[in-house]
Amino acid sequence: MKYVDEYRDPRLARSLLHEIRQTATQCWVLMEVCGGQTHGLLKSGIIQELEGVVELIHGPGCPVCVTPAEAIDFAQELALRPGVLLTTFGDMLRVPGSRESLLTVRARGGNVRLVYSPLDAVELARQNPSQQVVFFAVGFETTAPATALSVLQAAQLGLDNFSLLVAHVRVQPAMEAILQSAECRVQGFLAAGHVCTISGVTSYEELSARYGVPIVVTGFEPVDLLLGIQDCVAQLESGTASVSNQYQRNVRDAGNRHAMHIMSDVYATADRPWRGLGTIPSGGLVLRPEWRQFDAEYRFQRPTPTLLIECADCRSGDVLAGRIKPPACESFGTRCTPESPLGAPMVSSEGACAAYYRHAPKSGPHAVSITNTGR
Amino acid sequence: MTAAGNQYSCPIPEAAGERVTLAHGEGGRLTRKLIAEHLLPALGNQILSSLGDAAALPNVAGPLAFTTDSFVVSPLFFPGGDIGTLAVYGTINDLAVSGARPRWISLSLIIEEGLPLAVLDRILQSIAMAAKVAQVEVVTGDTKVVPQGAVDKLFINTAGIGEIVAPAPPGPASLEVGDELIVTGPLGRHGIAILASRENMGFEPPPHSDCAPLTPAVSILREAKYPIRAMRDATRGGVAAVLHEWASQAPVTMQIDEAMLPVTAEVRGVCELLGLDPLHIANEGVMVIAVPAGWGRQVVSLLRTLEVAAQAAVIGQVISQKIAPVVVRRALGTDQPLDEPLGAPLPRIC
Repeated sequence: MKYVDEYRDPRLARSLLHEIRQTATQCWVLMEVCGGQTHGLLKSGIIQELEGVVELIHGPGCPVCVTPAEAIDFAQELALRPGVLLTTFGDMLRVPGSRESLLTVRARGGNVRLVYSPLDAVELARQNPSQQVVFFAVGFETTAPATALSVLQAAQLGLDNFSLLVAHVRVQPAMEAILQSAECRVQGFLAAGHVCTISGVTSYEELSARYGVPIVVTGFEPVDLLLGIQDCVAQLESGTASVSNQYQRNVRDAGNRHAMHIMSDVYATADRPWRGLGTIPSGGLVLRPEWRQFDAEYRFQRPTPTLLIECADCRSGDVLAGRIKPPACESFGTRCTPESPLGAPMVSSEGACAAYYRHAPKSGPHAVSITNTGR
Repeated sequence: MTAAGNQYSCPIPEAAGERVTLAHGEGGRLTRKLIAEHLLPALGNQILSSLGDAAALPNVAGPLAFTTDSFVVSPLFFPGGDIGTLAVYGTINDLAVSGARPRWISLSLIIEEGLPLAVLDRILQSIAMAAKVAQVEVVTGDTKVVPQGAVDKLFINTAGIGEIVAPAPPGPASLEVGDELIVTGPLGRHGIAILASRENMGFEPPPHSDCAPLTPAVSILREAKYPIRAMRDATRGGVAAVLHEWASQAPVTMQIDEAMLPVTAEVRGVCELLGLDPLHIANEGVMVIAVPAGWGRQVVSLLRTLEVAAQAAVIGQVISQKIAPVVVRRALGTDQPLDEPLGAPLPRIC
């Protein structure tokens, strides 16, 4: 398959691994921002192959994992209201709120429907005028343009039964929050390739310059990931820090201007609590006041949030901030598994805990080391 | 029960637009009419046509295999098959991989009121055709009609009886280090066909299900007297589920080589797009076979003489217990654990 097979070429991957090992004079600490990259690195065995050469810390790039429990609780509460049909992406269904997941809410009668696109939710609203269709919008800049488009489409169709519960988050403020943290060990970033198809490359330049870190836009296949790592390591070894693009087959320097236009028409940035990371300045998106009629926060009154007690056995906050690797959590693989997750990162297809649980051998010569991590 | 009762047909006409009504399931005249005019013409055979409370089956010499399965697939019709073909092949494949020659099946229909009779007829024709291909007879059955919303259009249960033909494969507990693992065809076609058709994904051409009987493949191996350790159809949970189940029954690890997996371009494309693994996707006409070391190539060349197994391939081997019950050799040449399918990425595929 074109654009896939050549990026899985074992010989090319081997030679890149060799080059990285030759170049690195010390063990550099890189963060792969996106959960999809974490899965790719573990699935292909790159993390294990580079042990002692490059330490890869997973980033917060799993949008469903960082969605605060209050937002999930509100979505669940809406799904249980008569006349409301709550729609969302499949990944969101199993993520626990403060008490349960949307899947269990559906099992006890909540009206929850999985959709593949927010535009499907608009279509559902058009077909069911007697129901209030709410789309629970999660995701980074990758999915935000499509949800923005759904608002424009709903407005064009004159729908008064469609709204968005917006939990969109922005990648760059989260990267900055990580760099600002006192315990930050990250020396370079593999920026999330898919997000950059929208936001572009140049937007990272200020961040890279201000903190003196290399930021390399990186894809998801083994060769993509190795090219990103190689670029980062080469920069670190030569003492430079710039932004570069190793995912050029998908990412243009300026990003997707059309998508960004639509986003800025519909959304404004806002401070946003991230699960595990706390409130991140400008870390989220909200609907602009002129689109308020499509905002589920305004259409439906949100109940006063109850005091949330995060599960004491779950260290997803530390995992999401990259402070520990999932296997270092005492509950990992014992009390917390994909079947009975304590935290969102064990559930989502992009979650770091799920990635380590699925792809990393738990013991043996290829087991992922947890000793060389933060604390 | 015969069609004779129709001469005195009740003045109540069949539902407008020829749809199944609750009355069709109440055991009265409309039930008899449904059986006489729709079920028997499609499926009738000597045993079924006697319409007794139970089918009287002839004597058989040896031991029997008995299985049952329910079918709730949505949509009812999909490229490559429908709920009818699935209901026949699903059950006879369970018999076949257990080393049995399928002989008889039962057919229970749970119909949502309002189902167009034309739809039912089409599905009955598929059942008849599949039964003929698989050389089984539908010998007993039941029909229930439930109010709208109680089921989604049509659910089917089939049970099947087959004669166990010696020697039946000893099963996964007999797996030994060095055994070779084979699949009889490309992976994941059924699950992807259902996904693409249910979600109107608009692929052109649409991915087709692999829904097919495995009986020819099982027979040809039996006739060749090849040593088979275990056979299993890779339905829900795909090949990964079979391998995990096998690994749980013997102290061994299943080692698969990603580069050796047969996957069609359509399935691969959809899987790449949606982040799915073909090893986790359901099949309805593919089985996994374990044979002793050194037999893989011979078994595959024999299987490839059959249309249903034209793309059979050795995909890996049984090794001594390693880091995980099932491992996949990925791009860099290292073995990575393959997780067990969790829940249903895609519900109601069969």
